[in-house]
Amino acid sequence: MTTRWTRKDLLGLRELTADEINFVLETTDAFKQIGTREIKKVPALRGKTLVNFFVEPSTRTRTSFELAAFRLSADVINISATTSSLTKGETLKDTARNLEALQADIIVLRHSSAGAPQFLANRLKASVINAGDGAHEHPTQALLDLYTIRERRGKIAGLHVAIIGDILFSRVARSNIFGLLKLGARVTLVGPSTLVPRDFEKLGAEISYKIEDVLPNADVVNLLRIQHERQRREYFPGLGEYIRLFGLTKQRAKLLKPDCLIMHPGPINRGVEIDSEVADGQQSVILDQVTNGLAVRMAVLYLCGGIAS
Amino acid sequence: MTSIIIRNGRVIDPRNERDELADVCIVDGRITESAPQNAEVIEAKGLIVAPGLIDMHVHLREPGFSHKETIESGARAAAAGGFTTIVCMPNTAPVPDNPGTIAWIKDRASAIACVNVLPTGAISKNLAGEELAPIGSLAQAGVVAITDDGHCIQNHEVMRRAVEYARMVALPVLDHCQDYNLVGNGVVHEGYCSTLLGLPGWPAAGEEAIVMRNILLAELCDHHIHCQHISTAGSVRFLREARARGVKISGEVCPHHIALTDDAIQNFDTNYKVNPPLRSQADVDALLEGIADGTLSILCSDHAPHADFEKEVEFDAAPFGIIGLETELGLFLDLLVHKHRTIDIARLIEMYTVEPARLLKIDVGTLSVGAQADVTLIDPELEWTVRVDQFRSTSRNSPFDGWKLKGRAVWTIVGGKTVWKL
Repeated sequence: MTTRWTRKDLLGLRELTADEINFVLETTDAFKQIGTREIKKVPALRGKTLVNFFVEPSTRTRTSFELAAFRLSADVINISATTSSLTKGETLKDTARNLEALQADIIVLRHSSAGAPQFLANRLKASVINAGDGAHEHPTQALLDLYTIRERRGKIAGLHVAIIGDILFSRVARSNIFGLLKLGARVTLVGPSTLVPRDFEKLGAEISYKIEDVLPNADVVNLLRIQHERQRREYFPGLGEYIRLFGLTKQRAKLLKPDCLIMHPGPINRGVEIDSEVADGQQSVILDQVTNGLAVRMAVLYLCGGIAS
Repeated sequence: MTSIIIRNGRVIDPRNERDELADVCIVDGRITESAPQNAEVIEAKGLIVAPGLIDMHVHLREPGFSHKETIESGARAAAAGGFTTIVCMPNTAPVPDNPGTIAWIKDRASAIACVNVLPTGAISKNLAGEELAPIGSLAQAGVVAITDDGHCIQNHEVMRRAVEYARMVALPVLDHCQDYNLVGNGVVHEGYCSTLLGLPGWPAAGEEAIVMRNILLAELCDHHIHCQHISTAGSVRFLREARARGVKISGEVCPHHIALTDDAIQNFDTNYKVNPPLRSQADVDALLEGIADGTLSILCSDHAPHADFEKEVEFDAAPFGIIGLETELGLFLDLLVHKHRTIDIARLIEMYTVEPARLLKIDVGTLSVGAQADVTLIDPELEWTVRVDQFRSTSRNSPFDGWKLKGRAVWTIVGGKTVWKL
C-alpha cells in the first residue's frame, strides 16, 4: 500500500481514487478493533475541536460522528439548524467563519443543499467532512457500506450490488454508485422510473424496473428508504403500489441467493421497502453497518484531521 | 457646434447595406454628409465603425435593488461594452406596471445615464401573471415592449389576451419561456450533470413547452412574440419551423449559452447559475446553427447583476444571473466570428442593431445621414483579458474572469458625445 492520505476534506467519493477508498477501508480495520477493547478511546485527536454542524435533521449520522470524535478524544460541539444563527439570517459562510474563529479543527456538515460542504471547504482552513449534502453525496455512509460488504464478502470487485428505491433524491445512492464502480463492482439500480431516471446509466450503473429480475443474481441488495414525506405526489402513485412493485417482501426475499447481503442505511420503514422479518433475518447486515459506521468515521476524522493540522 | 470626423474606418451599416472604407461625420449629435475643417478627428484605421449597438435585454435593478446595479452604473457598463442603447427589464421594485414608474425610469435615465435607456413595461400587474397591466397607458408612457421577464405567465388565456391587447397598441411582447410545473425547483440543466451532482434539474422541455405556446399564440393573435434567452435545441427547431411559415415569432441568444455548457457547474460556483441554465453541448451546437441560419436573430446579454454576498451562498439558495454588458461583444466576436465562424462581423452587427431596432420599432441602429450619432468603434482583432475587477458594473457575477478574448469595442459615442474609450 503506497497510497498516503493527502486530503483535509472528505466531500464525496466521486473525487477519490480506488486507492484512496481502499486506504480508508484499511485504516478502518484498525479503528474497528479499538471498539472491541474495554477502553474504547485513543488520543488521536486529543486537543482538537470538532463541530458537528447539522443544518438538516439527523440522529444516526450525527450520533455516529459524535461518538467517533469522543473515541478519538476530540472536543465536540453540536450545532443544529434551529440553534444556529442561520435562523437569524446569517449566511453559511459567516457561520462557518465564526466557527473557524473559535479555532474549530474539523467541521462535519450536514446540509440540504448539494455542494454546501465544498462551498465551506473552499473557504476554510479547517477540515470539512460531508455528512450528507442534499441529493449529492454522503461519503461516510458509502464508505461504511463498502466496508461492510468487504468485511462479509472479502472483496468488492466482481460483486453485483442492487440499490433499490428512491435513487433520484438519494445522496446515499450516488456515493455508493461512485464507490462501488471505482472498486470494480457491478451496480444495478431498481425503482420506479420516476425515481430512477435513465440519466443514471451515464454514471455507469445499470437500471431495472423489475425487482424480480435483479434479486436472483445480486450479491448485495441495498434498500433505500422511500422518502415519502419529501416527495411530491407525482413521483409515484402511493406506498401500496410501491410495495407491490418494489418492496422486499418475504416472498421476494426467497429469490435471493443464500449468501446475498441485505443492507439499509436507515431509518427503515418496516413493511414498506422491506418486510420486518427480512430486515431482522439472517442475511441482514443492517446493524453491522451501524457498528462499522462508527469505525469508518473514526478513520475519516483521523485521516482528515491529521492533514488539517 | 461640435463636430467629429471618424476617418478611414471600415464602415459597416447593415441598414443601408454599407460595408466600405469611409469616413463618418458627426455634427451636433447627428450623422452628416460632411464636417467642417476644424472637426475633431478620430483615426479609425483598422477599426470597424458600426452603428451604436443595442442590447435589448438588460437588468438595471433600479428602482429597488440599487445595491446590485443602478441606471447610472449599468449605462456606464453598457458604454464600456460598446452599447449605445439598452432596454431594461421590469423586475424592479416597484414594478413598472404603471405609467408613473415608467416616467421615473425615463427621468432618471435622461438625468444620469450616458447611453440611451429604453424601458419595458410589465405584461401583468406586479408580474404576477394574473391581471393585465395597463398596457395602453404603458405604451403612451413610452415603453418599447411589454414583458414579465424573470417571470413567465403560466395561464395561456392571460397570455393570449395580453398579446391580443398589445397588438392594438403595436407593442411587441417579450417572453421569458419557463413552464413552472415542468421546471419546479430546478437550478441546473436536467441531464448528466444534474444527475451527477444531485442538483434539481431544469429540463429543456420546460422552455420548449412555452416557446411552442408562444408560437401558437403569435399565430392565433397575429402579433409578434419574442422569446428571450433561448437555450435549447428544441426551441431552435420550433422557432425555425414557425418562422419558415411566417409566424411573427423570434428568439434571442445570450453569450453564456454558447460559451459554456452545464459541465462548468461541477465546482458548484454560483457564477454559473443562470436562468435558463447552461445546457448541453448538443444545445450549444443547435444555438450556433440557429444563429447561422437566422432562426435566432438577436444577440443580447441578459445582464443580471447580483451582489457578492447574494451569490456567495449555497448553490440552491443563490439567485440566478450572470452580468454580460462588458463581455458580450467580446465573447460573440471571439466565438461566432473568429472561433466557430458562425457568422461574419456584418451579420453580428446587424443582430445587434437592425434586428432589435426593427422588432422594437426604434429609430436607432443606423449610420444614415440625419440619424442620431450613436457609433461604436470595434477592433475585431484586439486580444484582451476579461478582468471583472475593472468592470463599470456595480456587480461582479461573471464566470468569464480571466478569459482571453479576441475583439472588442474600443470607442463608444452616443449622440455625438464620446461616452467611453479604451
